[in-house]
Amino acid sequence: MAVEKRVPALCNYAMFCAGCGHGVLLRLICECLEELGQEKNTIAAIGVGCSCHLKSGINVDLVQCPHGRAGAVATGIRRAEPDKCVFTYQGDGDAYNIGIAETLNAAYRNENLCVFVVNNNNFGMTGGQMSWTTMEGQKTATSPAGRDIALTGAPIKVPEMIAHSFRPAYVARGAVTTPAEINRLKGYIKNAFQAQLNHEGYSMVEVLSTCPTNWGMEPLAAHQHLMEHVVPYYQLGEFKKRGE
Amino acid sequence: MGDMIKGNIAVAEAAVRAGIEVYAGYPITPSTEVMEYLSARLPELGRTFIQAESELAAINMVLGVSACGRRSLTASSGPGISLKQEGISYMAQMNFPAVILNVVRWGNGLGSLDGAQTDYLRETRGGGNGDYRNIVLCPSTVQETVDLMYEAFDIAEKYRCIVVVMTDSGLGQMMEPCEMPPFREIRKCSWGLDGTYQVKRPDFLGRNIPGESDAYIRKVREMRENEQRWEAVGLEDAEYVFVAYGMCGRVMTGLVSEMRAAGQRVGLLRPITAWPFPEKAFAQMREKAPGLKGLITVETNGEGQMVEDVALYAKKYGLGQVPVYALPYVCGVPKDDVVKADFDRILSGEIKEVF
Ligand SMILES: Cc1ncc(C[n+]2csc(CCOP(=O)(O)OP(=O)(O)O)c2C)c(N)n1
Ligand code: SF4
Ligand SMILES: [Mg+2]
Repeated sequence: MAVEKRVPALCNYAMFCAGCGHGVLLRLICECLEELGQEKNTIAAIGVGCSCHLKSGINVDLVQCPHGRAGAVATGIRRAEPDKCVFTYQGDGDAYNIGIAETLNAAYRNENLCVFVVNNNNFGMTGGQMSWTTMEGQKTATSPAGRDIALTGAPIKVPEMIAHSFRPAYVARGAVTTPAEINRLKGYIKNAFQAQLNHEGYSMVEVLSTCPTNWGMEPLAAHQHLMEHVVPYYQLGEFKKRGE
Repeated sequence: MGDMIKGNIAVAEAAVRAGIEVYAGYPITPSTEVMEYLSARLPELGRTFIQAESELAAINMVLGVSACGRRSLTASSGPGISLKQEGISYMAQMNFPAVILNVVRWGNGLGSLDGAQTDYLRETRGGGNGDYRNIVLCPSTVQETVDLMYEAFDIAEKYRCIVVVMTDSGLGQMMEPCEMPPFREIRKCSWGLDGTYQVKRPDFLGRNIPGESDAYIRKVREMRENEQRWEAVGLEDAEYVFVAYGMCGRVMTGLVSEMRAAGQRVGLLRPITAWPFPEKAFAQMREKAPGLKGLITVETNGEGQMVEDVALYAKKYGLGQVPVYALPYVCGVPKDDVVKADFDRILSGEIKEVF
């Protein structure tokens, strides 16, 4: 028998494109916050990009950060309000291009907060330019001949960097692909929040996600592309487990 | 009279007493003592000190603290203040109050460690992208630095604006006797985020840009009307009025009283707020000093920056026919006899007016 799944009350209207992975992550975050009883105890620091849609998309306190600086803004919030649940929500361009210093330094300090990064292989909001996570050979608005990794660097794997170089509480990468994978991703998100609520320190969950609009694909084709071409390169799973 | 204390330490302690809960900063001469001092002082009081990875991160940490309606400080100099402009512009946009200490050092780019007034135009015009104004307090003594830093937080919260306390190497490094104000009780502003989702966000999709701008400009006008501060000497009978702030204001306070004692009809306008510029003093000047023959700025930069404001407000208050001169001394602290000699060169016509 089909069971109706309630939309979390924290979820509001967000203007993502059809087939975009952002919306799935947003919903999972809202579900986890509700299940952990944090609906009235949360402050989000959002990046610039399609993350901006969280301004209308989530009913929690929120600060719009300058592009890339959410790691630093969230640090300020964390230190000012030690008992609140604090998370950042950023795109790959925001967290790994312009904001890599703030991202890595917050992880390096092991700030007690959660960082969620939507990795959709490009700058979605500005029309699909190359980001550091763009796949080798991928055509974007600024790599029209396909990304040349000899000139531009290879697609960056920040969760692995953080898990292996620093001493964070929890680091994982999930994907918005199959229902099973989405369920696993929800587990990662919940772990991240629980680590914070338990004062274990920094956690990051990167989410491999679709951007049908800028990939120039129909939603289904974008999902197919994500599973076939992106997931094999960006390994899924937990790179640093809690208490390890 | 209070104990002898170094400017940078005194201003840091004043911020502590004003109730900062967090300091975030990155070292740069000549402001570093502020953070060194606070790295011990804040933890001692159970408060938070953060050595940030950059000035960019530091100002964004301040932004996060301010979003929660709590007090924090960041200080820097020269290129460090440049890096803070992004965060300052964002805070102006979101009406988050903050206090920033700029211990000005000379120059463009890396500049030098010398004290100077090379950041006047940047500080008084906002500094980052957009259409905002920061209140800029420019003390002349260590005591005044302490008093203004202490009050800066109240002003910032009153208007929900940025207040820049602008000192320089000289004022930061010198020692003077100083009385410290009492400790303020720490409190959170009622509008600060607390996780309970009380603060409603403006409609992300249907923004009313003219409405946002009008609301902001109303605030700017209130700030301009209420917050002008200055000290004036001899405006009633002066033929020449010097205009000087900070370390130059300090030099000119002494020199003008000496010159007046010697019978010279000179006066001094010492702005304490560089923005809002003390334009009301110009209205007084028009009333009081009908024999005004010249306005002379004394500044430590290349060709005068404040001189532009002096000329603008002279025009606004009907003194447009009065010549406006600049005596720019690049950096450091101008010497009395050099200024006096240059004043003579103005009188002899050798130094021409700028406006
Ligand atoms: C300082 C600054 N530079 C550039 C921009 C323009 N900009 C807005 S969003 C964005 C890229 C966002 O990409 P990403 O973080 O991957 O988010 P997505 O939209 O893909 O989710 C850029 C470059 C900006 N807002 N601020
Ligand atoms: S542009 Fe891409 S990332 Fe942004 S909402 Fe559309 S599909 Fe999603
Ligand atoms: Mg992206």
